Amino acid sequence: MQVSYNWLKEYVDIELTADQLAEVMTRAGVAVEHVIPTNKGVSGVIAALVLDKTPVPDTHLNLCHVTTDGENNIQVVCGAPNVAAGQKIPFATVGAELPGGVKIKKAKLRGVESNGMICSAKELGIDPEQIPPEQKDGILVLPEDTVLGTPITEILGLDDYILELDLTPNRSDCLSVLNIAKEIGALLGKEVRLPQPEFTADNDDINNLMNVSIEAPELCHRYAGKMIRGIKVQPSPFWLQHRLQCAGMRPINNIVDVTNYVMMEYGQPLHAFDYHELADHKINVRTAAADEKIVTLDSQERQLKDDMLLICDGARAVAVAGVMGGENTEVTDATVDVFIESAYFQPTSVRRTSTRLGLRSEASIRFEKGINMETVLTAAERAAQLMQMTGGGVVVGGAVDNYPTKHEAVTIELQLAKVNALLGTDISDEKIKEILTSLNFNIVSDNGAAIVVEVPGYRPDCSIPEDLIEEVARVYGYDTIPQTLPYGTSGRGTLTPAQKLRDVLINKLAGLGLCEVMNYSFINKNNDEKLGYPADDIRRNSVPILNPLSEEQGHMRTSIVPGLMKTVLFNHNHRNDDIAIFELGKIYLLEGELKPDTLANEKWTLGIAMKGKSLTTWKQSGINYDFFYLKGVIEELMEELKIADVDYVPCKDNSIYHPGRAAYLYVNGQKAGVFGELHPTIADNYGVEDRVYLAETDVDVLVEVGSTNIQVKPLPKFPASTRDMAVVVAETVAASDLEKAIRGAGSELLDDVKIFDVYQGGQIAEGHKSIAFALTFQADRTLTVEEVSAEYDKIFAVLEEKFNATVRA
Amino acid sequence: MRDELIKIKEAAVQALEEATSMDYLNEQKVRFLGKKGELTTILKGMGKLSAEERPVVGQLANEVRDEINQVLDRKMAEVKTALQEAKLASETLDVTLPGRAVNHGTKHPITKVIDEAKQIFLGLGFEVAEGPEIESDYYNFEALNLPKDHPARDMQDTFYINPEIVLRTQTSGVQVHSMEEKQGALPVKVICPGKVYRKDDDATHSPMFHQIEGLLVDKNIRMSDLNGLLLSFCQEMFGKDTKIRMRPSYFPFTEPSVEIDISCCMCHGEGCRMCSNTGWLEILGAGMVHPNVLRAGGYDPEEVSGFAFGLGVERIAMLKYGINDLRLMYENDLRFLRQF
Repeated sequence: MQVSYNWLKEYVDIELTADQLAEVMTRAGVAVEHVIPTNKGVSGVIAALVLDKTPVPDTHLNLCHVTTDGENNIQVVCGAPNVAAGQKIPFATVGAELPGGVKIKKAKLRGVESNGMICSAKELGIDPEQIPPEQKDGILVLPEDTVLGTPITEILGLDDYILELDLTPNRSDCLSVLNIAKEIGALLGKEVRLPQPEFTADNDDINNLMNVSIEAPELCHRYAGKMIRGIKVQPSPFWLQHRLQCAGMRPINNIVDVTNYVMMEYGQPLHAFDYHELADHKINVRTAAADEKIVTLDSQERQLKDDMLLICDGARAVAVAGVMGGENTEVTDATVDVFIESAYFQPTSVRRTSTRLGLRSEASIRFEKGINMETVLTAAERAAQLMQMTGGGVVVGGAVDNYPTKHEAVTIELQLAKVNALLGTDISDEKIKEILTSLNFNIVSDNGAAIVVEVPGYRPDCSIPEDLIEEVARVYGYDTIPQTLPYGTSGRGTLTPAQKLRDVLINKLAGLGLCEVMNYSFINKNNDEKLGYPADDIRRNSVPILNPLSEEQGHMRTSIVPGLMKTVLFNHNHRNDDIAIFELGKIYLLEGELKPDTLANEKWTLGIAMKGKSLTTWKQSGINYDFFYLKGVIEELMEELKIADVDYVPCKDNSIYHPGRAAYLYVNGQKAGVFGELHPTIADNYGVEDRVYLAETDVDVLVEVGSTNIQVKPLPKFPASTRDMAVVVAETVAASDLEKAIRGAGSELLDDVKIFDVYQGGQIAEGHKSIAFALTFQADRTLTVEEVSAEYDKIFAVLEEKFNATVRA
Repeated sequence: MRDELIKIKEAAVQALEEATSMDYLNEQKVRFLGKKGELTTILKGMGKLSAEERPVVGQLANEVRDEINQVLDRKMAEVKTALQEAKLASETLDVTLPGRAVNHGTKHPITKVIDEAKQIFLGLGFEVAEGPEIESDYYNFEALNLPKDHPARDMQDTFYINPEIVLRTQTSGVQVHSMEEKQGALPVKVICPGKVYRKDDDATHSPMFHQIEGLLVDKNIRMSDLNGLLLSFCQEMFGKDTKIRMRPSYFPFTEPSVEIDISCCMCHGEGCRMCSNTGWLEILGAGMVHPNVLRAGGYDPEEVSGFAFGLGVERIAMLKYGINDLRLMYENDLRFLRQF
């Protein structure tokens, strides 16, 4: 909503500057976003009379003489074809300034002296979008009664400011200049002067000339109308044009302009019909028939739905109620008799219709928020007055006013004590009542403790006591609300174990030198193919977005991998070659049809991606990220989460991973993730040439099994004994199986088992490998050599038996 | 014998004074004072001396030994110091060379802000609640006093999954979830940080972003409590001298509603480009929980009241860290992320 500052001053005395007013309104909740001066830099331009016009030979120019005082003649050259003797025009004198920093000087054009400039609307800084059709070409012609020498800023209303409001959806009442004035009146404690529609009417009764019926009273609560005959369709006067321009509207002609003007003034959208185009001089308000169509004012044919409300004449639809008029009954230059419609249409219905037609108009915006039922007829009368003022004609006596759904004034009971109880303020009861009264909430009863107020018709947003409390607070001033802390004591809040452990994971990974990334939850469905998911894979069951921004963001992710790959690629393309990143976020799995009580399975997932190597400096060469680097990170996480029962099982069946270089992670026997080298085919699909290492872990499982509890083992009092055991086994034997066998075979004396060497080739037979374990034995006494040797032999015997192990020579 | 003793002493002192190494000093110690050393050897002739001479020579011998020992100790200390100094000199590094690099891991700025906010609100007695991101229309809109066809639904462009299911446009849905979980118990005191989605993508809007919702429902909760609590939060988050101001606003799920500004953390209220010369920065929306929302959560608005607020995490991160382009948050350029 944009409104002229001077227009507001017509209804209420404002002593504040436009900027000060904007501040007051903003602090009270009617935010003024910008204050824009309408004068874009015009000075020294005054009204002048063109005395004569002679063409300058061989040019398109005219030599004119003008006078600004009726006495002195000024010679000026003008290029506009429409300049003519006898016109009054805006004349920029020598020394005048025009928008864009133009300064008018004495000049010679084609050798002819020119002492000023005759201006067009555009040259005076009028927004080209808002210049009426008759002013578009050539110089601006002023009305004949313009007094010579009057500054053009005064004539065009350029000494004004536009207040650009940023209205919250509840304050649609401020889509009306009058209602804004009422708001200002309350804030400044000033009287508001309402316009009084006065006009000369004939003795006819409009109801003899028009037959109005409402078939759908549930959608059209009130339908009023006025009629004016013998009007001249012509441009509106400048003052009216200016106010519409301030509101961001382009003046068209007096009929259209007046309907727009009254809409801006009262917030009541109007529609003007050419009376003679209305078949049978009938209006019927009904819902559309199946397959009905209408061509709207913008020359678009609209296909209607059967619950859309239409205004129809005796033969056809002539308007989509509250949204847009039809072309068939449009007012034209030839129109002489006009029927003015002013109605209340049901807000939801207008909203649905305008949304479905994709047609939002100034009218529909107002109707869908709910307009003031009480001023429906007044607005029509105001329009009749202004049409007569701008185009002559006679207003037909009487009025159409079908009002089938009577509006009951809303009343609210307010316990006065509740105001301060909810706000934490100390506002007196008197002040509360004064504020509500100033906002036109009339107090209809008052028992000392509680009052009942009647909500003014233009404030449909107010219906409960809390609404009134907000009214009081915002006028009294939000800055008077003190800063207190809630009553009662409360200890520190706590995180759930799962929340704590998710934080632990993030902190640990950052500590290990990985950077946290964050990707959109949306993915392109084509990742299913790029990642080679089998046909029945659950990751194909992604949640599709009905109205996505693009295919790229068409589905919710079912895996953390697409985002990680995107990040890897982005960084690779920006020459960040060495990448070690993680993301902790949700994936969304569709498990059956989505319904309000069966939503998607949202699983917290941790993803890791690595490529390249760790940092290289003058002092060290970086370590290549590889399977075991990544596994080291995973192991570190398991340590941090205090998960002891961890298993790594070769993973050969996941399309994302290299079948020989990937493992499933099991914790306490539950599958909790997979990690390894990216399959070269998948790397190809994403256009990555380097080896990439990925991990995906199910955070929900990890935090269920993990813990932040620490239980310290006492330090041994006696020295440990260490023995190395290097065995040769077939290369297919898994190191973890050997380790498990060792731990199984050892007694409680065996304290720790570590692999310190793995070797193949050389003296080791083909198809075999050597693995060397360091075994630590520990007891609460010093172990003898014999005891340790016995343990060693027992363990080795098991390896020999189970794995055909031999001692490495 | 006396002369010999004096000679040994002089020879020893001279030899010791020339010493530059520990090995040499030890050699000299053996040479003069050892079991087979010169002094010992001489003293073996003591038996041949007369009874009168023996004590005198004996005393002299002791004096000679003491003096040699004294010089020896002094020289040993000197040599040790000299050696240490030489060693230290030879080991000097160019300490201005960079250190061995340890991979620099970082948390995402969004996580950092959420962490900080979580700590502040935990300290104020709040718990952390969670809720689904793929949410029913009921919790995201209807329970929040936003029935279908409510014009305020235009405030947010919603991603729909189907007519009943949306991507949550706000963390506010957690308000009603949290109240339902509490089953009427008081207080309900939670924050909910999380991802939200709106159909908007330009320089200042991202289709996915983060909010932190806050809700406190209890007996006698006042708007002044909201004002005071958020002042505490903003001062912790942005600095002790931060001021806040409230402006009337509108949210369907709060009444009265308020927009909260903080004094500009760049210019401290004097006016700069960041705050468009107003001295204030818009930071969050809040208000007193609407009676309909309390009812939807199973609470009686005649018995309890509450406030709710919603913080934009990206906005805070941009202000706190001087990030000038929202898109940096989700591009994940490591050159950006490594700065946190």
